[in-house]
Amino acid sequence: MNDLSMWGMFLGAGIGTFLLRLSFVEIHGRWRIPALLNRALPYVPASVLSALVLPAVVYPAGPGEWVASNPQLPAACVAALVAWATKSTVLTLALGMAALWAFKFLMG
Amino acid sequence: MAFGSATAAFMAGVRALLPLTPGVVPFGLVTGVMAIDMGMSPATAMSMTLIFYSGSAQMVALQLLHQGVVPVAIVVTALIINLRFIMYSASMAPHLHGLPRRWTWPLSYLLSDQSFALCSFKLASGELGRFAHHFYAGTALAMWLVWNLSVLAGILMGAKVPQAWSLGFTIPLSFLALLVPAIRNVPSLAAAVVGGLLAVLAARLPYNLGLVTAAIGGVAAGLLTENLRNRAPQAEGQTP
Repeated sequence: MNDLSMWGMFLGAGIGTFLLRLSFVEIHGRWRIPALLNRALPYVPASVLSALVLPAVVYPAGPGEWVASNPQLPAACVAALVAWATKSTVLTLALGMAALWAFKFLMG
Repeated sequence: MAFGSATAAFMAGVRALLPLTPGVVPFGLVTGVMAIDMGMSPATAMSMTLIFYSGSAQMVALQLLHQGVVPVAIVVTALIINLRFIMYSASMAPHLHGLPRRWTWPLSYLLSDQSFALCSFKLASGELGRFAHHFYAGTALAMWLVWNLSVLAGILMGAKVPQAWSLGFTIPLSFLALLVPAIRNVPSLAAAVVGGLLAVLAARLPYNLGLVTAAIGGVAAGLLTENLRNRAPQAEGQTP
Protein backbone atom coordinates (compact mmCIF):
# COMPACT_ATOMS: atom_id res chain seq x y z
CA MET A 1 0.00 0.00 0.00
CA ASN A 2 1.44 3.42 -0.88
CA ASP A 3 1.57 6.31 1.57
CA LEU A 4 -1.34 8.18 -0.01
CA SER A 5 -3.80 5.30 0.30
CA MET A 6 -2.59 4.55 3.84
CA TRP A 7 -3.24 8.13 4.96
CA GLY A 8 -6.56 8.03 3.10
CA MET A 9 -7.44 4.94 5.13
CA PHE A 10 -6.47 6.70 8.40
CA LEU A 11 -8.63 9.72 7.55
CA GLY A 12 -11.55 7.58 6.32
CA ALA A 13 -11.60 5.51 9.50
CA GLY A 14 -10.92 8.53 11.74
CA ILE A 15 -13.56 10.84 10.25
CA GLY A 16 -16.04 7.96 10.00
CA THR A 17 -15.49 7.09 13.66
CA PHE A 18 -15.89 10.76 14.63
CA LEU A 19 -19.21 10.89 12.74
CA LEU A 20 -20.43 7.74 14.53
CA ARG A 21 -19.57 9.36 17.86
CA LEU A 22 -21.14 12.69 16.90
CA SER A 23 -24.25 11.21 15.21
CA PHE A 24 -26.98 11.50 17.82
CA VAL A 25 -25.37 14.35 19.75
CA GLU A 26 -25.74 16.42 16.56
CA ILE A 27 -29.20 15.32 15.37
CA HIS A 28 -30.86 14.87 18.75
CA GLY A 29 -34.53 15.85 18.68
CA ARG A 30 -34.76 15.77 14.90
CA TRP A 31 -34.42 12.02 14.31
CA ARG A 32 -35.04 9.17 16.69
CA ILE A 33 -32.98 5.98 16.69
CA PRO A 34 -35.07 3.27 14.91
CA ALA A 35 -36.38 0.61 17.31
CA LEU A 36 -34.70 -2.33 15.55
CA LEU A 37 -31.31 -0.56 15.44
CA ASN A 38 -31.71 0.30 19.11
CA ARG A 39 -32.27 -3.38 19.93
CA ALA A 40 -29.48 -4.61 17.60
CA LEU A 41 -26.65 -2.31 18.71
CA PRO A 42 -26.11 -3.91 22.16
CA TYR A 43 -25.16 -7.17 20.40
CA VAL A 44 -22.49 -5.54 18.22
CA PRO A 45 -19.60 -5.76 20.75
CA ALA A 46 -20.10 -9.47 21.59
CA SER A 47 -20.55 -10.42 17.93
CA VAL A 48 -17.68 -8.34 16.50
CA LEU A 49 -15.16 -9.08 19.27
CA SER A 50 -15.83 -12.81 19.02
CA ALA A 51 -15.47 -12.59 15.22
CA LEU A 52 -12.07 -10.94 15.79
CA VAL A 53 -10.82 -13.36 18.45
CA LEU A 54 -11.80 -16.78 17.12
CA PRO A 55 -10.18 -16.68 13.64
CA ALA A 56 -7.01 -15.10 15.09
CA VAL A 57 -6.74 -17.98 17.59
CA VAL A 58 -7.76 -20.82 15.23
CA TYR A 59 -5.53 -19.75 12.30
CA PRO A 60 -2.09 -18.75 13.66
CA ALA A 61 -0.48 -18.97 10.20
CA GLY A 62 -2.91 -16.62 8.44
CA PRO A 63 -6.64 -16.45 7.60
CA GLY A 64 -8.11 -19.85 6.68
CA GLU A 65 -4.85 -21.78 7.13
CA TRP A 66 -5.47 -24.70 9.47
CA VAL A 67 -2.48 -25.80 11.61
CA ALA A 68 -2.53 -29.25 13.22
CA SER A 69 -0.62 -28.41 16.39
CA ASN A 70 -1.73 -24.99 17.61
CA PRO A 71 -0.66 -23.87 21.12
CA GLN A 72 -2.85 -20.75 20.74
CA LEU A 73 -6.04 -22.82 21.23
CA PRO A 74 -5.37 -24.06 24.79
CA ALA A 75 -3.70 -20.72 25.68
CA ALA A 76 -6.82 -18.81 24.59
CA CYS A 77 -8.99 -21.13 26.72
CA VAL A 78 -6.80 -20.35 29.75
CA ALA A 79 -7.00 -16.61 29.00
CA ALA A 80 -10.80 -16.75 28.62
CA LEU A 81 -11.08 -18.42 32.05
CA VAL A 82 -8.79 -15.78 33.57
CA ALA A 83 -10.80 -12.95 31.95
CA TRP A 84 -14.05 -14.46 33.24
CA ALA A 85 -12.74 -15.06 36.78
CA THR A 86 -10.73 -11.85 37.32
CA LYS A 87 -12.19 -9.30 34.83
CA SER A 88 -8.62 -7.95 34.61
CA THR A 89 -6.94 -7.00 31.31
CA VAL A 90 -3.46 -7.16 32.85
CA LEU A 91 -3.94 -10.71 34.21
CA THR A 92 -5.63 -11.90 31.00
CA LEU A 93 -2.67 -10.67 28.93
CA ALA A 94 0.00 -11.93 31.35
CA LEU A 95 -1.43 -15.39 32.05
CA GLY A 96 -2.56 -15.81 28.42
CA MET A 97 1.00 -15.16 27.20
CA ALA A 98 2.48 -17.40 29.92
CA ALA A 99 0.09 -20.17 28.82
CA LEU A 100 1.09 -19.68 25.18
CA TRP A 101 4.80 -20.01 25.99
CA ALA A 102 4.11 -23.07 28.19
CA PHE A 103 2.03 -24.85 25.52
CA LYS A 104 4.61 -23.96 22.84
CA PHE A 105 7.28 -25.63 24.98
CA LEU A 106 5.10 -28.69 25.75
CA MET A 107 3.84 -29.19 22.19
CA GLY A 108 7.37 -28.79 20.79
CA MET B 1 -23.26 14.83 44.10
CA ALA B 2 -23.77 18.19 42.43
CA PHE B 3 -20.56 20.16 41.96
CA GLY B 4 -19.89 23.69 43.15
CA SER B 5 -17.77 24.66 40.17
CA ALA B 6 -16.77 23.53 36.69
CA THR B 7 -13.23 22.81 37.90
CA ALA B 8 -14.47 20.62 40.77
CA ALA B 9 -16.66 18.64 38.33
CA PHE B 10 -13.78 18.28 35.85
CA MET B 11 -11.35 17.05 38.52
CA ALA B 12 -13.96 14.60 39.87
CA GLY B 13 -14.23 13.23 36.32
CA VAL B 14 -10.45 12.81 36.09
CA ARG B 15 -10.41 10.98 39.46
CA ALA B 16 -13.30 8.71 38.36
CA LEU B 17 -11.27 7.60 35.33
CA LEU B 18 -8.04 6.76 37.18
CA PRO B 19 -9.14 3.32 38.53
CA LEU B 20 -9.79 2.20 34.92
CA THR B 21 -6.21 2.88 33.75
CA PRO B 22 -4.83 -0.65 34.52
CA GLY B 23 -7.23 -1.99 31.88
CA VAL B 24 -6.21 0.61 29.31
CA VAL B 25 -2.41 0.83 29.61
CA PRO B 26 -1.55 -2.75 28.47
CA PHE B 27 -3.92 -2.41 25.51
CA GLY B 28 -2.19 0.85 24.50
CA LEU B 29 1.29 -0.64 24.94
CA VAL B 30 0.38 -3.59 22.71
CA THR B 31 -1.04 -1.27 20.04
CA GLY B 32 2.16 0.80 20.00
CA VAL B 33 4.44 -2.25 19.90
CA MET B 34 2.38 -3.81 17.06
CA ALA B 35 2.47 -0.65 14.94
CA ILE B 36 6.28 -0.53 15.11
CA ASP B 37 6.50 -4.31 14.64
CA MET B 38 4.58 -3.98 11.38
CA GLY B 39 7.12 -1.55 10.00
CA MET B 40 5.40 1.76 10.74
CA SER B 41 7.49 4.82 11.63
CA PRO B 42 6.90 6.23 15.14
CA ALA B 43 5.43 9.47 13.73
CA THR B 44 3.01 7.59 11.45
CA ALA B 45 1.99 5.23 14.27
CA MET B 46 1.29 8.16 16.61
CA SER B 47 -0.67 10.06 13.93
CA MET B 48 -2.76 6.96 13.29
CA THR B 49 -3.45 6.70 17.03
CA LEU B 50 -4.57 10.35 17.26
CA ILE B 51 -6.74 10.13 14.12
CA PHE B 52 -8.43 6.82 15.08
CA TYR B 53 -8.64 7.29 18.87
CA SER B 54 -10.06 3.77 18.96
CA GLY B 55 -7.83 0.91 20.09
CA SER B 56 -9.74 -2.08 18.77
CA ALA B 57 -10.29 -0.52 15.32
CA GLN B 58 -6.63 0.52 15.16
CA MET B 59 -5.35 -2.96 16.05
CA VAL B 60 -7.51 -4.61 13.42
CA ALA B 61 -6.55 -1.97 10.84
CA LEU B 62 -2.87 -2.70 11.58
CA GLN B 63 -3.39 -6.44 11.06
CA LEU B 64 -5.32 -5.91 7.80
CA LEU B 65 -2.68 -3.43 6.59
CA HIS B 66 -0.11 -6.14 7.24
CA GLN B 67 -2.18 -8.70 5.26
CA GLY B 68 -2.40 -6.27 2.32
CA VAL B 69 -6.18 -5.81 2.44
CA VAL B 70 -7.46 -2.90 0.28
CA PRO B 71 -7.89 0.44 2.17
CA VAL B 72 -11.66 0.73 1.60
CA ALA B 73 -12.21 -2.70 3.20
CA ILE B 74 -10.09 -1.63 6.20
CA VAL B 75 -12.16 1.54 6.64
CA VAL B 76 -15.43 -0.46 6.48
CA THR B 77 -14.10 -2.99 9.01
CA ALA B 78 -12.95 -0.23 11.39
CA LEU B 79 -16.36 1.44 11.21
CA ILE B 80 -18.17 -1.86 11.90
CA ILE B 81 -16.04 -2.34 15.01
CA ASN B 82 -16.95 1.23 16.05
CA LEU B 83 -20.70 0.95 15.36
CA ARG B 84 -21.19 0.77 19.12
CA PHE B 85 -20.42 4.51 19.30
CA ILE B 86 -23.83 5.20 17.69
CA MET B 87 -25.38 3.61 20.75
CA TYR B 88 -23.22 5.69 23.11
CA SER B 89 -23.92 8.84 21.11
CA ALA B 90 -27.67 8.24 21.35
CA SER B 91 -27.39 7.77 25.08
CA MET B 92 -25.27 10.91 25.65
CA ALA B 93 -27.21 13.10 23.17
CA PRO B 94 -29.94 14.41 25.52
CA HIS B 95 -27.26 15.75 27.89
CA LEU B 96 -24.80 17.20 25.37
CA HIS B 97 -26.79 18.44 22.37
CA GLY B 98 -27.72 21.77 23.98
CA LEU B 99 -24.05 22.79 24.18
CA PRO B 100 -22.36 24.84 21.43
CA ARG B 101 -20.36 22.96 18.77
CA ARG B 102 -17.01 24.06 20.24
CA TRP B 103 -18.01 21.71 23.09
CA THR B 104 -19.97 18.94 21.33
CA TRP B 105 -17.45 18.25 18.54
CA PRO B 106 -14.40 17.79 20.79
CA LEU B 107 -16.48 15.90 23.38
CA SER B 108 -17.75 13.59 20.61
CA TYR B 109 -14.21 12.90 19.35
CA LEU B 110 -13.28 12.04 22.96
CA LEU B 111 -16.18 9.59 23.46
CA SER B 112 -14.78 6.21 24.57
CA ASP B 113 -16.08 2.97 26.07
CA GLN B 114 -14.63 4.02 29.44
CA SER B 115 -16.11 7.55 29.55
CA PHE B 116 -19.45 6.23 28.42
CA ALA B 117 -19.41 3.56 31.13
CA LEU B 118 -18.55 6.17 33.79
CA CYS B 119 -21.03 8.83 32.70
CA SER B 120 -24.13 7.31 31.12
CA PHE B 121 -25.95 6.42 34.35
CA LYS B 122 -24.81 9.52 36.22
CA LEU B 123 -25.98 11.78 33.40
CA ALA B 124 -29.35 10.06 33.15
CA SER B 125 -29.99 10.29 36.90
CA GLY B 126 -29.25 14.05 36.91
CA GLU B 127 -27.09 13.68 40.03
CA LEU B 128 -24.21 15.58 38.44
CA GLY B 129 -26.11 18.88 38.35
CA ARG B 130 -25.35 21.76 35.98
CA PHE B 131 -21.63 20.95 35.62
CA ALA B 132 -22.34 17.44 34.32
CA HIS B 133 -20.57 17.99 30.99
CA HIS B 134 -17.46 19.18 32.85
CA PHE B 135 -17.43 15.87 34.73
CA TYR B 136 -17.76 14.02 31.42
CA ALA B 137 -14.98 16.17 29.91
CA GLY B 138 -12.74 15.24 32.86
CA THR B 139 -13.23 11.49 32.31
CA ALA B 140 -12.88 11.87 28.53
CA LEU B 141 -9.73 13.99 28.54
CA ALA B 142 -8.03 11.83 31.19
CA MET B 143 -8.84 8.73 29.11
CA TRP B 144 -7.45 10.38 25.98
CA LEU B 145 -4.18 11.24 27.75
CA VAL B 146 -3.78 7.76 29.29
CA TRP B 147 -4.46 6.10 25.95
CA ASN B 148 -2.09 8.22 23.87
CA LEU B 149 0.70 8.07 26.45
CA SER B 150 0.41 4.25 26.66
CA VAL B 151 0.56 3.90 22.87
CA LEU B 152 3.57 6.27 22.83
CA ALA B 153 5.28 4.12 25.47
CA GLY B 154 4.54 1.03 23.32
CA ILE B 155 6.00 2.78 20.26
CA LEU B 156 9.20 3.60 22.18
CA MET B 157 9.45 -0.03 23.41
CA GLY B 158 8.44 -1.44 20.01
CA ALA B 159 11.66 -2.28 18.23
CA LYS B 160 13.23 -3.86 21.30
CA VAL B 161 10.74 -6.75 21.62
CA PRO B 162 12.07 -10.01 20.06
CA GLN B 163 9.91 -11.97 17.57
CA ALA B 164 10.31 -15.21 19.57
CA TRP B 165 8.00 -13.80 22.27
CA SER B 166 5.03 -14.18 19.86
CA LEU B 167 3.66 -10.84 21.08
CA GLY B 168 1.21 -10.86 18.16
CA PHE B 169 -0.93 -13.13 20.34
CA THR B 170 -1.59 -10.19 22.68
CA ILE B 171 -3.99 -8.79 20.04
CA PRO B 172 -6.57 -11.62 20.27
CA LEU B 173 -5.92 -11.71 24.03
CA SER B 174 -6.78 -8.01 24.37
CA PHE B 175 -10.00 -8.56 22.46
CA LEU B 176 -10.76 -11.59 24.61
CA ALA B 177 -10.43 -9.39 27.71
CA LEU B 178 -13.07 -7.08 26.21
CA LEU B 179 -15.26 -9.91 24.87
CA VAL B 180 -15.78 -11.83 28.10
CA PRO B 181 -17.47 -8.95 30.00
CA ALA B 182 -19.55 -8.15 26.88
CA ILE B 183 -21.28 -11.55 27.28
CA ARG B 184 -23.88 -10.62 29.89
CA ASN B 185 -26.87 -12.81 29.02
CA VAL B 186 -28.05 -15.64 26.76
CA PRO B 187 -28.71 -13.46 23.67
CA SER B 188 -25.24 -11.85 23.83
CA LEU B 189 -23.74 -15.34 24.26
CA ALA B 190 -25.60 -16.43 21.11
CA ALA B 191 -24.27 -13.33 19.29
CA ALA B 192 -20.70 -14.20 20.35
CA VAL B 193 -20.95 -17.91 19.42
CA VAL B 194 -22.52 -17.33 16.01
CA GLY B 195 -20.28 -14.32 15.24
CA GLY B 196 -17.14 -16.29 16.16
CA LEU B 197 -18.07 -19.46 14.26
CA LEU B 198 -19.10 -17.56 11.10
CA ALA B 199 -15.82 -15.63 11.21
CA VAL B 200 -13.84 -18.90 11.39
CA LEU B 201 -15.83 -20.46 8.53
CA ALA B 202 -15.71 -17.33 6.35
CA ALA B 203 -12.04 -16.50 7.05
CA ARG B 204 -11.03 -16.95 3.41
CA LEU B 205 -13.56 -14.48 1.97
CA PRO B 206 -11.82 -11.56 0.21
CA TYR B 207 -11.84 -7.89 1.41
CA ASN B 208 -12.25 -9.08 5.02
CA LEU B 209 -15.92 -9.76 4.19
CA GLY B 210 -15.74 -12.66 6.65
CA LEU B 211 -15.83 -10.21 9.56
CA VAL B 212 -18.74 -8.26 8.06
CA THR B 213 -20.71 -11.47 7.49
CA ALA B 214 -19.91 -12.72 10.99
CA ALA B 215 -20.86 -9.40 12.63
CA ILE B 216 -24.25 -9.30 10.91
CA GLY B 217 -24.89 -13.00 11.61
CA GLY B 218 -23.94 -12.62 15.26
CA VAL B 219 -26.18 -9.59 15.82
CA ALA B 220 -29.06 -11.41 14.07
CA ALA B 221 -28.51 -14.42 16.35
CA GLY B 222 -28.65 -12.14 19.40
CA LEU B 223 -31.91 -10.53 18.26
CA LEU B 224 -33.45 -13.91 17.40
CA THR B 225 -32.54 -15.37 20.79
CA GLU B 226 -33.96 -12.29 22.52
CA ASN B 227 -37.24 -12.74 20.60
CA LEU B 228 -37.45 -16.45 21.43
CA ARG B 229 -36.82 -15.81 25.11
CA ASN B 230 -39.41 -13.02 25.25
CA ARG B 231 -41.99 -15.30 23.68
CA ALA B 232 -41.24 -18.37 25.81
CA PRO B 233 -42.85 -17.23 29.12
CA GLN B 234 -46.07 -16.18 27.32
CA ALA B 235 -46.30 -19.58 25.61
CA GLU B 236 -45.94 -21.28 29.00
CA GLY B 237 -48.68 -19.09 30.44
CA GLN B 238 -51.06 -20.21 27.74
CA THR B 239 -50.70 -23.93 28.42
CA PRO B 240 -53.30 -25.10 30.93
